[in-house]
Amino acid sequence: MAFNRQQIEEGVTEVLEEALGVDTEDVKPEATLTGDLGAESIDFLDISFRMEKKFSTPEKPFKIEQGELFPENMLQDPAMVQNGKVTDAGMALLRQKLPHIDFTTFDKDRNVKSLSEVFTVKSLCDFLERKLAK
Amino acid sequence: MRWMWIDTVVAYEPGRRLVAVKNVSLAEDHLHDHFPDQPIMPASLMVEGMAQTAGVLVGSCRGFKEKVILAKIGNVTLDSEVVPGQCIRYDARIERMDDAGASTVGTIERLDHRTGVWERIGTTEIVFSHIDQNRSGLAFPEENFVFGENFRTLLRGAGLDKAIAAAGG
Repeated sequence: MAFNRQQIEEGVTEVLEEALGVDTEDVKPEATLTGDLGAESIDFLDISFRMEKKFSTPEKPFKIEQGELFPENMLQDPAMVQNGKVTDAGMALLRQKLPHIDFTTFDKDRNVKSLSEVFTVKSLCDFLERKLAK
Repeated sequence: MRWMWIDTVVAYEPGRRLVAVKNVSLAEDHLHDHFPDQPIMPASLMVEGMAQTAGVLVGSCRGFKEKVILAKIGNVTLDSEVVPGQCIRYDARIERMDDAGASTVGTIERLDHRTGVWERIGTTEIVFSHIDQNRSGLAFPEENFVFGENFRTLLRGAGLDKAIAAAGG
């Protein structure tokens, strides 16, 4: 069974309600996971696991690989981050690894501390839509 | 073993499920304060008991080589109290697991010896992190400080020697 965009958005809303304890009305497409919805680093693992469960079907198990949805350990690499800013190589790797993310605003400043702001409800839905279509 | 909140392991299905029990005794110090006139097993310590049960299960999946840290307590329901003389059973199952960590679900049951009946009184959702895979630039000691001698004694007592051998104990 394939999931359409509306089913994906509903599933993501349920996952975020369960994982973060937020209300349905707070889960807007532009809401950031950390800033607006209060997610902390460990919540990303919880969200990944819950999305796998939500979007798995008996015919087609759904698996998210580590680092596929969120960059995780990548930013410990000094070639990717220098003086708190993501390098050119880092930006290229981010865009390659996370094609579901819009980095336009982030690219202006590249401050690694604001990287978490690129993860929005919409980016989760875009990720799932892209991945579930494969 | 003041911080062991499970007494023994009664069922073990590698990679899937682990069941532990705890006998609640009036001799336990914390029950004297919680509460002086009405001893009740603290709910927070039942969550800790489940975390130890599920943590041993997650640790056993990789031969206790990884440091497994409680990362997040999701939904917990607890509908009834447990009092001295009763027994608690923690039934933990792994839902998902990968290099970064594992999510578990559990049920908490209570045995009243007068009736001989196990009654389900609660549920848990607990997420564990493999911290060496999520160190965010932090260095942790090489030795596995999570699964120390107390846990090994517990597993030995439960006859789970194979798991201990895999852990190098």
